Amino acid sequence: MNDSHYCPHTPEEIAEMLSVIGVSSVEELFAPIPSELRAKNFNIPAGMSEFETFDSMKALADENGQGIVNFIGGGFYDHIIPAVVDHLSGRSEFYTAYTPYQPECSQGTLQALFEYQTAICRLTGLDVSNASLYDGGTACAEAAMMALRVTGRNKIVVDGCVSPFSRQILKTYLFNLDVEIIELAPVDGMLGRKELAEVLDSSVAAVLVQNPNFFGSIEDFTIIADQVHAAGALLIGSVYPIALGILKSPAEMGVDIAVGDGQSLGNPLSFGGPSFGFIAAKKSFIRNMPGRIIGETADRNGKRGYVLTLQAREQHIKRHKATSNICSNQGLCALRGLIFLSATGKQGLVDLALLNRDKAEYAKNQIATLPGVTVLQSASTFNEFTVRLPKPAGFVVAALLQHGIAAGVPLGEYYEGSENCLVITVTEKRTKKEIDQLVKELGVALCN
Amino acid sequence: MQLIYEQSVAGRRGIKLPASDVPSAVALPASLLRAGSADLPEVSELDLVRHFTNLSRRNFSVDTNFYPLGSCTMKYNAKVLENASALFAGCHPMTALLPGGADFCQGTLGMLHDLGEMLADITGMDEVTTQPLAGAHGEMTGIMLISAYHAAKGNKAKKKYVVVPDSSHGTNPASAAIAGYEIITVPTAPYGDMNLELFKAAMSDEVAAVMMTCPNTLGLFNPHIKEISDIAHSHDALMYYDGANLNAIMGKVKPGDVGFDVVHVNLHKTFGTPHGGGGPGSGPVGVKKSLIPFLPQPRIVMNDNGVLQLETANGVSIGRTANFFGNFGVMAKAYAYIIMLGREGLITVSEQAVLNANYIKEKLKGYYDLPYDMTCMHECVFSASRQLEHGVHAIDIAKFLIDRGYHPPTVYFPMIVKEAIMIEPTETESKATMDAFIEVMIEAAKTAETDPQALLDAPLTMPISRLDETRAAREQNVCCNS
Repeated sequence: MNDSHYCPHTPEEIAEMLSVIGVSSVEELFAPIPSELRAKNFNIPAGMSEFETFDSMKALADENGQGIVNFIGGGFYDHIIPAVVDHLSGRSEFYTAYTPYQPECSQGTLQALFEYQTAICRLTGLDVSNASLYDGGTACAEAAMMALRVTGRNKIVVDGCVSPFSRQILKTYLFNLDVEIIELAPVDGMLGRKELAEVLDSSVAAVLVQNPNFFGSIEDFTIIADQVHAAGALLIGSVYPIALGILKSPAEMGVDIAVGDGQSLGNPLSFGGPSFGFIAAKKSFIRNMPGRIIGETADRNGKRGYVLTLQAREQHIKRHKATSNICSNQGLCALRGLIFLSATGKQGLVDLALLNRDKAEYAKNQIATLPGVTVLQSASTFNEFTVRLPKPAGFVVAALLQHGIAAGVPLGEYYEGSENCLVITVTEKRTKKEIDQLVKELGVALCN
Repeated sequence: MQLIYEQSVAGRRGIKLPASDVPSAVALPASLLRAGSADLPEVSELDLVRHFTNLSRRNFSVDTNFYPLGSCTMKYNAKVLENASALFAGCHPMTALLPGGADFCQGTLGMLHDLGEMLADITGMDEVTTQPLAGAHGEMTGIMLISAYHAAKGNKAKKKYVVVPDSSHGTNPASAAIAGYEIITVPTAPYGDMNLELFKAAMSDEVAAVMMTCPNTLGLFNPHIKEISDIAHSHDALMYYDGANLNAIMGKVKPGDVGFDVVHVNLHKTFGTPHGGGGPGSGPVGVKKSLIPFLPQPRIVMNDNGVLQLETANGVSIGRTANFFGNFGVMAKAYAYIIMLGREGLITVSEQAVLNANYIKEKLKGYYDLPYDMTCMHECVFSASRQLEHGVHAIDIAKFLIDRGYHPPTVYFPMIVKEAIMIEPTETESKATMDAFIEVMIEAAKTAETDPQALLDAPLTMPISRLDETRAAREQNVCCNS
């Protein structure tokens, strides 16, 4: 019966164990399952060695388009990952541990997550962070549900410039909770200030905005925060952590809850996951935070140590009254985020942000010289910007894919009447040569 | 140990960025900029490497210690899975959503599609979505699917309740609450599973779903499961299978065959992907045919030419529960695990997981109370009530085990067992490892009688002793201020 070399028993050992248990076969142990319920077929193919397994996986990977140059973002970004991130997060003492329920033998994970929480607080300027959520989109939904609890209200206002994926996730999460969601249509790739003022009243729990937004526009929500607070609502800001190297922090704008996706902090694209979501807030909201939180304390000898804290909010204690259903989060990805931020460091993150913007500005200026192409927004941009093409963006993108270039994300799928708009992302990894090639191929596609 | 922030020296750099090959951009207006740089660590690469390497040594892990944490399936994580997953690191998820982009993602989409088919076979379901990012996320997605099913039949207002046994994971009621349901909790009977008579009394046409873990959190397979699902279906309530304990039954029984309509599986438990110190997990959800239209999007579908495409709008889908296709990197590992072990390997996994749990149960039942003394599946649950007579709690036994180099079993869960000690050895542990663990568990039981204080003082061999959790909750110091 030993068909897996990961199951170590010899036949002799199995016989010995069966005799201790007092049964004559392993099959007897399955007697509690009524025989009429037993599986009638099981069609998984026969197994193989690890070497053949790897070759099969390699063959699958090779079925993908190879060497595509990415100018696409949409929430996931092609950034550098320092070698230390893989090597240190790849220490199996980290990756083969479980959630740190037993603090004395889990101080490695606990201290690292405390340091992670600190990094998120310092990036956002806010007081408290949890130990990670699933991703940036679900973090928006968790933040909205947190605002519903804090305010006791049942309406969420969402800027239409927030990622369409985050908005869809929000709708799915809140669909069964008797919550009204009001979406504000974008105005030239920016939050509609007037439209927000019209809907902002004492029934609104929170306003969700994003910076830079899905069009790439950089916003200053400082005045918006004052207006939101005057209505007794909370401002939730979804932010891009690399941009926080230089951009005004959520706290500086008056944001109450900051969220975002941590993929760009040392996590590979990996076809969309795993990454991690982060959430940070003002200290007064800590008891309404979702998920795990690590806290500092002392042991019996007064020595500093770290534990999972405020667990009375969580599902394993509060069950259906918990602040969230989250159990497993994205701990290892958050650790990668911490190592990334520790490697880039205080000045490195600033330099990385500037490098992103320099590359994107160069690309934007070059593309703007193409006949019939205009930049959509008058606002400043970071490493993404939106252009209006003289042709449907979908055709152009499909054409450039054939030349190994993913030219950007066409907006038509997400915004009515935007069929000719294209969001182009340029990270620090794109070389001038690749950017010049993009401009050239765009020019060709637009002439055809 | 110092925090990384306490090792910072102003001006120190840990990384050199690529040089710029483009002109510097015109600076942003000052109103858009932050006043000062975020106060991140300033350490050298070697400082950083030493810090995190030393931190890692303060963890117990599967690779360093036996880790019989019940309900968590802490099996060995094969190393080739890490290599296999890394093959896909550079694939951008948006590529598949571009016009014509799916053609460039046939490998990744194909893997997700095939993984879905294999999971459907293992669980007896018709289609699987890989979007949910963890077990609890799968539960939430699954209950939302059930809600959409009832809504489509015009029963949204009528269906108000989700029924769970009192032995269920806390995530079950918490997930059902997000989907808008009130919870009815049914007590456990002396035979170790949901009390059938009380269940019948709790059922009505207002119940939307019954959430069961099978085998349950006591490690027992419910002999009445078919009857329970028949009763649920007679009220048009759907059966939800919490797949946390799927490791016990692969190839032996399929949830779909015993009446379950929706299933989530924890790839990080059953399918050998590492737990990462608290994630990333992955919680694909399988459904019966009647629920397929409601699955989240984008949904991977095969066209008539055998080419995989994405369905992004069908009008009745619950929408999206995560950004893209789920935790792809985790799924690549699970896929590699399944094709590597194959049919016979997976059956062996379940057989030896069950064998190991029963072996430990037999060996320890003379020393610890066993509230439900019957053949268990992949885990067994003891009570430290006998030790409590000497003032020793389950947590004290846990701390004693740490001193002996074992990660403790799950304690105080399920809540229905007083002083619960829940042991799940998994199939990858050898008899020698379990024998040594059993010896130490017996030593703990004896020490509880002869020298209880020794247990109350444990652990003594770790970098720190027991921590003051009350102080942590009171001070709420969750961020380094130095």
